[in-house]
Amino acid sequence: MKILMYGWEFPPHISGGLGAACFGLTRALAARSHEIHFVLPRVNPDVNDNGPIDLIDVGRFPAQTSVLDNWEHLISQLEKISHHINIHAIESPLSPYLTEEQYRAELIRLKLQMEGVQDAFAPTTHNLTLSGQYGPNLMSEVMRYASVAGSIALRVEHDVIHAHDWLTVLAGLEAKRISGKPLVIHAHALEFDRSGENVNQAVYDIERYGFEQADAIIAVSHLTKNTIVARYGIAPEKIHVVHNAVTTELHGDTGHYEKRADEKVVLFLGRITFQKGPDYFVEAAAKVLEQMENVRFVMAGSGDMTPRLIERIAQLRLGRKFHFTGFLQGAQVEQMFKESDLYVMPSVSEPFGISPLEAMSYDVPVIISTTSGVSEVLQSALKVDFWDVDELAQKILAVLKHAPLRRELVERGSVELQKFQWEHAAGHIEHVYDQLTHN
Amino acid sequence: MVYLCFYFQVHQPNRLKRYSYFQIGRDHFYEDDTKNRAIMQKVAEKCYLPANRLMLKLAKKFKGDFRISYSISGTCIEQMRKFSPETLDSFKALADTGCVEMIDETYNHSLSFLYSREEFKRQVALHSETIAKEFGQKPTTFRNTELIYSNDVAATVEGMGYKAILAEGADRLLDWRSPNFLYQPEPCNKLKLLLKNYKLSDDIAFRFSNRSWEEYPLTAEKFAAWCHAVAGNGETINLFMDYETFGDHQWEDSGIFNFLEHLPEAILRNPEYRFATPSQVASSLSPVARLDVPDFVSWADMERDLSAWRGNHLQDDALEAVFALEERVMATSNPDLISTWRSLQTSDHFYYMCTKWFSDGDVHKYFNPYNSPYDAYINYQNVLADFESTLKK
Repeated sequence: MKILMYGWEFPPHISGGLGAACFGLTRALAARSHEIHFVLPRVNPDVNDNGPIDLIDVGRFPAQTSVLDNWEHLISQLEKISHHINIHAIESPLSPYLTEEQYRAELIRLKLQMEGVQDAFAPTTHNLTLSGQYGPNLMSEVMRYASVAGSIALRVEHDVIHAHDWLTVLAGLEAKRISGKPLVIHAHALEFDRSGENVNQAVYDIERYGFEQADAIIAVSHLTKNTIVARYGIAPEKIHVVHNAVTTELHGDTGHYEKRADEKVVLFLGRITFQKGPDYFVEAAAKVLEQMENVRFVMAGSGDMTPRLIERIAQLRLGRKFHFTGFLQGAQVEQMFKESDLYVMPSVSEPFGISPLEAMSYDVPVIISTTSGVSEVLQSALKVDFWDVDELAQKILAVLKHAPLRRELVERGSVELQKFQWEHAAGHIEHVYDQLTHN
Repeated sequence: MVYLCFYFQVHQPNRLKRYSYFQIGRDHFYEDDTKNRAIMQKVAEKCYLPANRLMLKLAKKFKGDFRISYSISGTCIEQMRKFSPETLDSFKALADTGCVEMIDETYNHSLSFLYSREEFKRQVALHSETIAKEFGQKPTTFRNTELIYSNDVAATVEGMGYKAILAEGADRLLDWRSPNFLYQPEPCNKLKLLLKNYKLSDDIAFRFSNRSWEEYPLTAEKFAAWCHAVAGNGETINLFMDYETFGDHQWEDSGIFNFLEHLPEAILRNPEYRFATPSQVASSLSPVARLDVPDFVSWADMERDLSAWRGNHLQDDALEAVFALEERVMATSNPDLISTWRSLQTSDHFYYMCTKWFSDGDVHKYFNPYNSPYDAYINYQNVLADFESTLKK
């Protein structure tokens, strides 16, 4: 089958769960001999003269120095199946999780970067050209992107269209308008997950319109499916639940990091935003540190709540024991997992949550919030209501203090991890495609 | 007789390198040697060396009629030794003229007085030894970090045997009084208090090259006339400022060196006027009144208080964290560890964490090697975590 897919990020530039999911899924579908045209936005380092749409061949992706060596192995693997994956990069600064303010900040950053001013601490990946064609605000850019990306449907033969999350919904709809092929919308996160009850009406409207127009919807969990039914008024029969998986072979041999013997490390890794519940992690850390001295807490990631949380840590006088690493990528993420004794995902709202599975693949036990999609299917994890800080602190202490509990979680976890394979998810999705194309 | 009393602060912090979480427990060197070297050499070239050359020339020319004083922090002396020995030599040459008084402070330009009297006294003693060794002087005047002062500081410093102390002539401290007299701190019987005339000091330090200032350009004659106008209503004009004013804050092309070169002559044209060092002022004049200063004053920012270093939680946490290590650090008796710990006390580290963005924030930003106060805090705490881990071994 030929699939026209609107997604996000591709190795080696992966920044979050959405990118990881798109990639894992694409690869698994390609392995099942489907042909995929993968369309994604990027500020393109390899601008050719063939207009705003650039067809990039997988093998030509530039290797990034900070990325683990294993990516190269991965890319070479990809090359073997690359005749199944065609990547269409469209010049646009859109990225997952983008807000209006961040979009504007990104425009400014790009402008400065173009003028040669660089953030001293930002990793520099490539020299870029800026065409100045981007929309002045997020919504206009989403529209512009939809129009350019959607028009690929004219040039590329396909049987089904598959769009990931709201930013690509309009592109998917445009493609459907052009080709008349069935559209699948894959819901990884909803506006209610990102913003709680303070939804951005424009985003909600796009999501809802997309769900109404789509021929099928894939939800990453029953939690997400239920929200789509309840909040968007979509018929449950149209929604298929396909749980995410984890790509374990990304683990590179990045050297042996000796754990600090006399100290436990508890990790939060994710965007520091309302949705991820980082504030509950901070409060729980304070309670744990009242009981235990030889433990260190690490918050890896970036986001709009960072300044507030740093101030809170300082107010609690915990700066010595609680560290902020900023945004990590590639080998640093690996190192962080390898150094951790416990991973905590206290998300307020987590449609799925791949990161606990990643942690488990490094033999790190995990505590996850009950309001996460992964909690529906994962057994070998401790679960806690995100708001119950006392319970969270109590469970952190339990894992750190009781080696048998830790061992049990890790050993059962590594067995259970086997069931989170992208091949299974791809099989399931293939079935959805079949139903749509045979009708 | 009216005295003109110059005092210059000479200080450079040991700036920390970018120190990530992953370095904790693995990398025990914290300083950004490259940056510290570059800044020391840049400031030496723009300020210390040309200014010292000029001061030496003036001292020789006026043979005792031109006098000045310095407080050079221990960290700054170490950096000169490492990165610019010719600068240290030029200060020695100045000290040898007999016209230059060296003033004591805490060795690391620290806020130790606020957290540990013991550590404060140790750092002052260390500074005193260093000054004796480098410049052959035994200081009798004291100046706390960034002119942080209160009754308590005065009482403690008197107990340590000093004869004079410097402070900011802040309005809320002086009220209707003039800074142009010698005072006695409320709790003291011997110690004399010299207060900065911030109006005249800042005319040089901050306004000199400001073209929108109505007095621009400032000439030596004009400034001397303002000083001469004090006669009959004051006995000492205390001009306290950063030494980096000359050539670094005010660039050479502003004419600052030219101004300085002609100032002594213009001042001394009035026979009632003399240059004096703080200890000379303290021994020549009698205090006109006692001054009660229960709360801390400093020379920093508009607030002239401690808020540049202790104005938010980030700063409080970091300060409490470093001083909480005192007992364990001292128990090691390891000179390297003690010296590293002291270097982490330097007030600049906490100044970088200041979040007063909209008033003096721009000044903070100018001197700040970090992008934000949050970065400064995170970096500092990472370093401190590693330092603490080295204590365990």
